[in-house]
Amino acid sequence: MMFLQWDLVPMINRRSFLTKCGASYTAQMLVADAVAADSASAPIWDLHCHLSGFDGNTPEEKMAQMILSADRLGIDRLCTFMGYPHLENPTPDQLRAQNNQVLAAIKGWPTRAFGFVYLNPKYLKASLDELNRCVRDGPMVGMKLWIAVRANAPELDPIIERAAALQAVIFQHTWFKTGGNMPGESSPSDLVELARRHPSVPMICGHTGGNWELGIRAIRTVRTLYADIAGSDPTAGFVEMAVRELGAERVIYGSDVGGRSFASQLGKVKGANIDNSSRALILSGNLRRLLLPILNAKGVRA
Amino acid sequence: MIDTNVNMHQWPFRRLAAGDPADLVGQLRKKGVTQAWTGSLDGLLDRDITAVNARLAADCRRHGPEFLLPFGSINPMLPDWEGDLRRCREQHRMPGIRLHPNYHGYKLNHPAFPLLLRNAADSNLLVQLVFCMEDERTQHPLVRVPNVDLAPLPGVLRDTPNLRLMLLNWKNVLIGEEGRFLARTNRVSFDFAMLEGVGGVERLRKSVPIERIVFGSHFPLFYFDSALLKVKESALEGPDKEAVLDGNAHRLLGGSHDL
Repeated sequence: MMFLQWDLVPMINRRSFLTKCGASYTAQMLVADAVAADSASAPIWDLHCHLSGFDGNTPEEKMAQMILSADRLGIDRLCTFMGYPHLENPTPDQLRAQNNQVLAAIKGWPTRAFGFVYLNPKYLKASLDELNRCVRDGPMVGMKLWIAVRANAPELDPIIERAAALQAVIFQHTWFKTGGNMPGESSPSDLVELARRHPSVPMICGHTGGNWELGIRAIRTVRTLYADIAGSDPTAGFVEMAVRELGAERVIYGSDVGGRSFASQLGKVKGANIDNSSRALILSGNLRRLLLPILNAKGVRA
Repeated sequence: MIDTNVNMHQWPFRRLAAGDPADLVGQLRKKGVTQAWTGSLDGLLDRDITAVNARLAADCRRHGPEFLLPFGSINPMLPDWEGDLRRCREQHRMPGIRLHPNYHGYKLNHPAFPLLLRNAADSNLLVQLVFCMEDERTQHPLVRVPNVDLAPLPGVLRDTPNLRLMLLNWKNVLIGEEGRFLARTNRVSFDFAMLEGVGGVERLRKSVPIERIVFGSHFPLFYFDSALLKVKESALEGPDKEAVLDGNAHRLLGGSHDL
């Protein structure tokens, strides 16, 4: 396992190093700039990773590719959920198969890759069983709901209660799509309804609705809701508005790899006009704080 | 580092942090950019394209002489677009033009399109064709603009042998017979502002030679760092990195706009 220790790089005399390497002026400028940017950065925890989109024939091979790419950008921890191919409305058997892929993928990386169990509220018993199997009795630390059932549906309540009891981090995909969402696809407003029914349970608003100017507005008055910035174009202003309206302590970096790239999504945080303490919270501090209780319970150092 | 995909002026739907030309230059220089190929966002919807291009040229001269290279907007659906093209070249001395067929309401099989490309090529203007400006799922509900359908492009390119073309903000187009043609022909270059998937540039070079991949950020609509980090994510190093960040773009202009 390789971690890039970018925080050590500024200790090198950059100019002499680059000159000895024979780097051009352009390359010197680029590297110097990148190093300067990285020197101020915190550890990076990625909330939102998928195995799909990575090369490899097995979950283990795909995870190895994910780690390789994460290393290039100094990303320390990876939360991974859903198997491949993505299934919109998985049956109980398919849920187990998808979660087994994630279990296999994270097995070799117990302190680096964290699994979230994929659930389908249409199958309540199977979902609760999967929560028990993968989180209570297994290594997973969170749960993921996608687009089978909208988040305001009452079927979610027992799942949320069980997940909260297990201290699992709760992640719900959301979009406000121009042109309309898919039938089972939640909007941030749907998630707000769910959050208000469970006022003591923190939940993460996946993608912040994609149309983030709407998503941020939708969740801003519900302080238990966190904004996942993953999986949308790296449109400038997203992170600044999120920090302004939610506070930096409610904003979490995620990428949505392999459909997206680590780079395009990390650029949202690295390029945002915010102070470095806010940046540190977004890059890892907030996610670490949410995960710490369950990681501690499982004996994972973080 | 040459950024081939920079925007100036007002995006209709959001105030941009670097919307002011002086800010734009300052922020780009801070990132290590040495030259920015810049179009005007006013050119998307403003029908007085002549004035848009004049403002673009003036702002580039005033705020970034030898740094901001203006790429004028041409809308071939407007009467006397030929006059705009002539002014771009002769009056403003622009190195190229930027086309937005979707915002200007024409398909690439419209008869004016090949005519425009031929005129541009004959005037030695580099043409930047913009596939989209933003994800269709996040557009303003009253202004929904579909991505450009590139299917007719190979045929048009075959009929315009002296054209130099760049595709900006493209995604998912290198598929099918048309896509394979675009990847194969040596007259089309690609930025990667909207290229997604891990190691996107690394994967792109499996179908497009490195010589035709150029750095473009779509700044300030997009965070500049997103494009820059893609270079790092794809582990580009040495001559390949320098080609993508600088050399390929420099060559596209034939060295005619050296600093």
